[in-house]
Amino acid sequence: MQQSKQNTVGQAGDASFVRIDRLTKRFDEVAAVDDVSIDIRKGEIFALLGSSGCGKSTLLRMLAGFETPTTGKIFLDGAEISKLPPYERTINMMFQSYALFPHLTVAENIAFGLKRDRMPKDRIAERVDAMLNIVQLKPYAKRKPHQLSGGQQQRVALARCLAKSPKLLLLDEPLGALDRKLREQTQFELHNIIKKVGVTCVLVTHDQEEAITMADRIAVMNSGSFLQVGQPHEIYETPNCRFVADFIGNVNLFDGVIVGDEPDHCVVETAQGKLYVGHGITGNLGMEVSVALRPEKIELQRAAPSDREFNCLAGSIVDSGYFGRFSLYKVALAGGKRLQVAITHSQRHGELFQRGEEVFASWLPDSLVVLTS
Amino acid sequence: MSISNQAKGVRRALTRNWGRRTVIGIPYLFLILLFTVPFLVVLKISVSETEGIRFQDLMSYADGVVQLKIKLSNFIFLSTDSLYVQTYGSSIKFATFNTLICLAIGYPFAYFMARSPANIRPALLMLVSLPFWTSYLLRVYAWKGLLDDHGVFNNLLIWLHLIDEPIKMMHTGFSMTIGMVYAYLPFMILPLYANLVKMDLRLIEAAKDLGATPWKTFWLVTVPLSKSGIIAGSMLVFIPSMGEYVIPELLGGPSTLMIGRVLWDEFFSNNDWAMASAVAVTMVGLILVPLAIFNKYQADTGGVRGV
Amino acid sequence: MTSRFGKAWLIAGYIFLYLPILTLIVFSFNDSKMVTLWGGFTFKWYGVIANDTEVVDAFILSLKVALMSASASVLLGTLAAFAMVRYKNFWGRTAFAAHINAPLVVPEVITGLSLLLFFVLCERLFGWPDRGILTIWAGHTSVGMAYAAVVIQSRLLEMDKSLEEAAMDLGSKPFQVFYLITLPMIAQSMLAAWLLTFTLSLDDVVSTAFLSGPGSTTLPIVILSRARLGLNPTVNAIATITVAVVSIGVFAGSLWLSRQETRRAAEQAAAYREGMGLAVAA
Repeated sequence: MQQSKQNTVGQAGDASFVRIDRLTKRFDEVAAVDDVSIDIRKGEIFALLGSSGCGKSTLLRMLAGFETPTTGKIFLDGAEISKLPPYERTINMMFQSYALFPHLTVAENIAFGLKRDRMPKDRIAERVDAMLNIVQLKPYAKRKPHQLSGGQQQRVALARCLAKSPKLLLLDEPLGALDRKLREQTQFELHNIIKKVGVTCVLVTHDQEEAITMADRIAVMNSGSFLQVGQPHEIYETPNCRFVADFIGNVNLFDGVIVGDEPDHCVVETAQGKLYVGHGITGNLGMEVSVALRPEKIELQRAAPSDREFNCLAGSIVDSGYFGRFSLYKVALAGGKRLQVAITHSQRHGELFQRGEEVFASWLPDSLVVLTS
Repeated sequence: MSISNQAKGVRRALTRNWGRRTVIGIPYLFLILLFTVPFLVVLKISVSETEGIRFQDLMSYADGVVQLKIKLSNFIFLSTDSLYVQTYGSSIKFATFNTLICLAIGYPFAYFMARSPANIRPALLMLVSLPFWTSYLLRVYAWKGLLDDHGVFNNLLIWLHLIDEPIKMMHTGFSMTIGMVYAYLPFMILPLYANLVKMDLRLIEAAKDLGATPWKTFWLVTVPLSKSGIIAGSMLVFIPSMGEYVIPELLGGPSTLMIGRVLWDEFFSNNDWAMASAVAVTMVGLILVPLAIFNKYQADTGGVRGV
Repeated sequence: MTSRFGKAWLIAGYIFLYLPILTLIVFSFNDSKMVTLWGGFTFKWYGVIANDTEVVDAFILSLKVALMSASASVLLGTLAAFAMVRYKNFWGRTAFAAHINAPLVVPEVITGLSLLLFFVLCERLFGWPDRGILTIWAGHTSVGMAYAAVVIQSRLLEMDKSLEEAAMDLGSKPFQVFYLITLPMIAQSMLAAWLLTFTLSLDDVVSTAFLSGPGSTTLPIVILSRARLGLNPTVNAIATITVAVVSIGVFAGSLWLSRQETRRAAEQAAAYREGMGLAVAA
């Protein structure tokens, strides 16, 4: 396992601070979580990413203790916690609705967990103060939740979770309730606070942007299983299957057959032509595969590039969308397939392509990824 | 797991269940004691041999023989005696009328309440709640004062020289119906209001946008959406109306046969407990279907709101 | 916007609802034994009922029973509401639900009769109970419990379930969750339920008639026996006092509730604006 360059807190032996061992949760006959295993490093922010119904929330709730596993075990810092009730786990969860107690003030909300631990009063006051400072809500200590804005409520919820210095922090769709502007700002704040405190964190989200910006590692989930686990750029640039490639960002997929297989490259014959892929694969000639190509990796030119034998296709622009930072074009290739191309506007007066123009789309061999499932 | 952890687990499981069992058990016990068992007693007495208020056991054991005596004569009488059969029919009739009239008056009322400007709605609600909270016995009594031969209406009409002789309004089907509607109207309005006020107005707007006239919108969108309110209100009015005693007693007369009054008379005047029990059992049989509807409504919506 | 027709319907409806009550009040000040024939203004009937031991004793008894019945109803009703809302699966749940809903609608002649026969049986078998306060209380509680359960169920369903989970997550054991978090949140509903069952008990006449014994007459029973005989100015006086008390209560309650609502909405709006201001400035 590679050490993440971002992870500065980890110690040797903490690679499985949280261990999930063959966890399954069945409701009647349906397995919401199906034989999932993963080791989470201490201090890591780990995201469970998937659409609704994929099992990520169930997995999170099992970590919190609100659901009991059908089979499998959960270990936290070496001790098994699979059957412990939520109030006996050193795990705290931030709920999607924040779940702030409406009849208590901000300070009382934060102090709630500490009171349950029978902490002496002065120490509680100290700790609450420290928490309020971390989330920058000191002047609001005496307010009640309904007197706070959405962003402020979230910070209180976070402070409340961190007050007890949990070994594991769980976040349930942390940015879901916020509007766009607030979301971008909060993303960074949340990330910074969690890293500063150094707590291990598992977050659940259906928003890939949220996962990519906040997490050290992401697990893409579908139908109760992990499809791929890796760092954000690994998941994005090297998806291991069609589902993952399609789920994260936009992608162009070509179906084809392996016609050339070498250690450092392979050639795939597709309906649109031959694709020269810059990496080798484990497989045989004649195997059916998909090839993934991200829109931003494609270059568009009006004249045919002279040096490209492979990885260059001709087509015409059938649709265009201007997004300020970039433009998205749909290029119709011979045979009907549409290619999505994203061109960043790195110059103020750069060229914009018009509908109907004939163009040549080309890309580097390294930009292609072969998917075998 | 270590022994101590296992022991902890067992203790935890026990205490968790114990808490749950008390929460369910205590009210359940009360309900069974105060509801089911008494009804079973009534059932038993309705088929027992009685002499006035003393009744014999159903089962007796003598000389090695177990004797089971179930006397069905009360029920046979109830289902064949023309007066009783008429009374059931009359009760159902009045209860149905009551429900329909309450619906006819109450639905528009609740509708206009719900569509009033938001700032006066609390006041409107309060004004409807007030009669609801006032003793219903007193409210029924008030109509005696109004409809009596020497009551307010008659006095007014005579004073205005519109009539010479007082109109006989009391102790008729008319007086009883007014009394019933008056007493039960809040029970129809409140659930309907609760339902209508929560309705998503955008659905109405969408219908209008698609070309429906206000009248059509009302019948095709508003009414179907308020179905649960209609059912709740109707059941809250119909079922108790069937067994009404006070209103028939104070405002009704010899021509208004109501089964609740019959039960009362059998019990208090005739001291015939077995007969009274049989009437009660029959009454329950009559309301079983509406009761089931009400129950299902409660289960589907999780409870009556707006009370 | 309410149309003219709508306004007319509402006004007519309110007149219908209040006219009888108003006549009750007006004629309680009538100086004449013929209740509805005006003979001058007087307070004398109020003096009469103040000195009427039957009325006063009955009122005190009604009050006692209502206090006990309301408290028991709310206690049992809260437990029942919990069982229905928080425990989705237990043996006999449908029967439980039927038992909780039935008293809301089953005619009182049936509940009164069955409870009485049950108590008579108990008396025969165990020599207890005698018909009196206890039996009346039992009758009122069996119905009050159902009403209380409905009111509290409604509130529990509205409540965000994650609040209780959050409390557990922060270290509260289930019982602590109940009295630290759930109870404060349903407190207002419990009060409403208490007032409702108190009123119901105070007004109850039919099942009380079945379940009362010699020496345990409640106020509604007194009113009923007088009303059956005809119009009676003392009944009007009692009615007026009742309406006055209820009106003050309902009015005060509504006012307090709506004040709370407006204040809360204003605070939320202020917080939102503040939050937006901060976001823009950042």
